[in-house]
Amino acid sequence: MDHHATRTDADLKIADKTFSSRLILGTGGAANHAQLAEAITASGTELVTVALRRVDPSASGSILDVIERCGVDLLPNTAGCFTAEQAVRTAKLAREAFGTNWIKLEVIGDEDTLLPDPVELLDAAETLVADGFTVLPYTSDDPVLARRLEDAGCAAVMPLAAPIGTGLGVRNPHNMALICENANVPVICDAGIGTASDAALAMELGCSAVLLATAVTRAADPALMAAAMRDAVNAGRAARLAGRIPKRHLANASSSFEGMADL
Amino acid sequence: MKIEVNGEAREGIATITDAVAAVTGARRGIAVALNGEVVPRSEWDRPLADGDAVEVLTATQGG
Repeated sequence: MDHHATRTDADLKIADKTFSSRLILGTGGAANHAQLAEAITASGTELVTVALRRVDPSASGSILDVIERCGVDLLPNTAGCFTAEQAVRTAKLAREAFGTNWIKLEVIGDEDTLLPDPVELLDAAETLVADGFTVLPYTSDDPVLARRLEDAGCAAVMPLAAPIGTGLGVRNPHNMALICENANVPVICDAGIGTASDAALAMELGCSAVLLATAVTRAADPALMAAAMRDAVNAGRAARLAGRIPKRHLANASSSFEGMADL
Repeated sequence: MKIEVNGEAREGIATITDAVAAVTGARRGIAVALNGEVVPRSEWDRPLADGDAVEVLTATQGG
């Protein structure tokens, strides 16, 4: 299946970069750097997210070394920001720290659900696009908001499958499919994935890629789950390209009745 | 002169370079905010004023 998929599929293109992997891995939640490195390698990802926080003088080793050793690109996020102003400042700090103008834009509106604040999100996206950032916004699964983010110049839109860390899978497949149908930029399913079938479903619905963290980093065996997610994303993508059969109410024999013996 | 570095009051900090050195030996992957505004590395030697708050930030695990 891998071979077939690579023969028929184009690379994922986001802004000026192309990726052969359609899985983006968040690094939050990993027990240690060694386990994270194993998961990154097993996932086949080429892009991983990091957060920006105060330096911890007691920290042993930097996640930047892990990322460099794994040979993957880094996507900083604005996790923890509740206002557009905070998120814009964080993005600028990330650009200064890591020398990238790519930013996973996260503006949270509620502490319990960690759902995005759509008003602040759009505001921050407009400001950052105007400042030359390549903006990948984490958004609710709202087709209208996704279109507004695309119109604002975002390089992709990243609707949630379910709230961050819940592992509930794609809660609103209809909305996810609508967003994918309408978008002219890559749609990356971000947050809420629990297991491999969730990632496959997101791809079958038309997503260009899947971003997940907790499902891998907090799995009992992170590297094994990372490999499962890699395969699920590839399988879902291939199934999407292959074109699934329509669903039917009644059976449709796959063995012909013609030539049946008279028994 | 009292300067706050990552939320902690410190003495003997004259520049941003001093503030960074007070919390980390690393230089790669570090960004600094002074009173909430980004300070490019080329300006780390500019003198601080009493009451300034410096944030020294780097990458950590995060989704």
